[in-house]
Amino acid sequence: MGMEFLPDKPIYQQLVEHIIGDIIRDTLVTGEKLPSVRDYAISVGVNANTMQRVYKELENLGITETRRGQGSFVTENQMRIQELREEMKEQLVQSFIQNVEALGFTTNEMVHYLQRRGEQDD
Amino acid sequence: MIELQGVSKYYRSKRALNGVSLTLPRGKVIGLVGENGSGKTTMLKMLAGILIPTTGFAILDNNKITRRVASSVAYMPDTDLFYPYFTVKQLFEFYDSQYEDFNMKKAQEIAEYLVISLDAKISTLSKGNRGRVKIAATLGRDAAYYLLDEPFSGLDPMVREDIARGLIRFTDTEWQTILLSTHEIKEVEPLLDELIVLKEGQVLAHKEIDEIRDKYGIDATAWMISLFR
Repeated sequence: MGMEFLPDKPIYQQLVEHIIGDIIRDTLVTGEKLPSVRDYAISVGVNANTMQRVYKELENLGITETRRGQGSFVTENQMRIQELREEMKEQLVQSFIQNVEALGFTTNEMVHYLQRRGEQDD
Repeated sequence: MIELQGVSKYYRSKRALNGVSLTLPRGKVIGLVGENGSGKTTMLKMLAGILIPTTGFAILDNNKITRRVASSVAYMPDTDLFYPYFTVKQLFEFYDSQYEDFNMKKAQEIAEYLVISLDAKISTLSKGNRGRVKIAATLGRDAAYYLLDEPFSGLDPMVREDIARGLIRFTDTEWQTILLSTHEIKEVEPLLDELIVLKEGQVLAHKEIDEIRDKYGIDATAWMISLFR
């Protein structure tokens, strides 16, 4: 029913990350209004309490702003969104490095490989 | 708030519930899981005032639960709808005559949302549509508590999805509490705030879903299996 969730972290956290992903991908743009808590809850198949928590968390992280009686909007603060992009990059790289080390590759080896791949793609 | 304090229930010599104490806070969606015969239906019926504890107390908002106290509780049994000769509209009218909190407008809105025709005769409906009608009639009541016995069981995925969407759409956790028993824990988990696990008439565990995932890094299904090992 609705979205698929990973088993190893709270569902609200996965939804927060999903929405952050939408913002970074520009699926959700600055100043855009988010669906109401209930509509979003229905579309992903979670209960309204969980969705409420997601919206509160996004607001606490400075990613959305709640305007009284109007709902939640993606922040217009470009710096915050830029920060988010950097945070996401850092997270990606962290988990990448962990995987690389777990398999016994060196970071250097992977950097060279990535560079070569990057040149091929260009 | 609903509370059970040291509740046991015997059917002749068989013990269906055995010293159960628990609290259901308001405004939560709570799953009730356990093997067949673990006491789920007995517990739901007791909270609905249909069964009286043999020993211990069942309390709703500071009152001992009786059939009358339970008038703020909407109970949905896992059995099929009676009154097959009714149309959906007639069923709603019957509910309206029986329950003070029945909200005809809301029930019709739910029926519309689930694409159920009010003029359809219940005996002519498919099993899935009877499931939809049942949830519409139940959620049509503006009750503080919904007690749903296996609302998803035996229904195909489309119907289960509709019922889940109906539950989210037409209940308000600002003041309403849902307790639902289920075997489909994997599928139902995203709808839940808390989980109660019954085993042989006793509460084996009662936890928040977020806590399970946060603390143990596993989902409710894996956690449940670990409890039984």
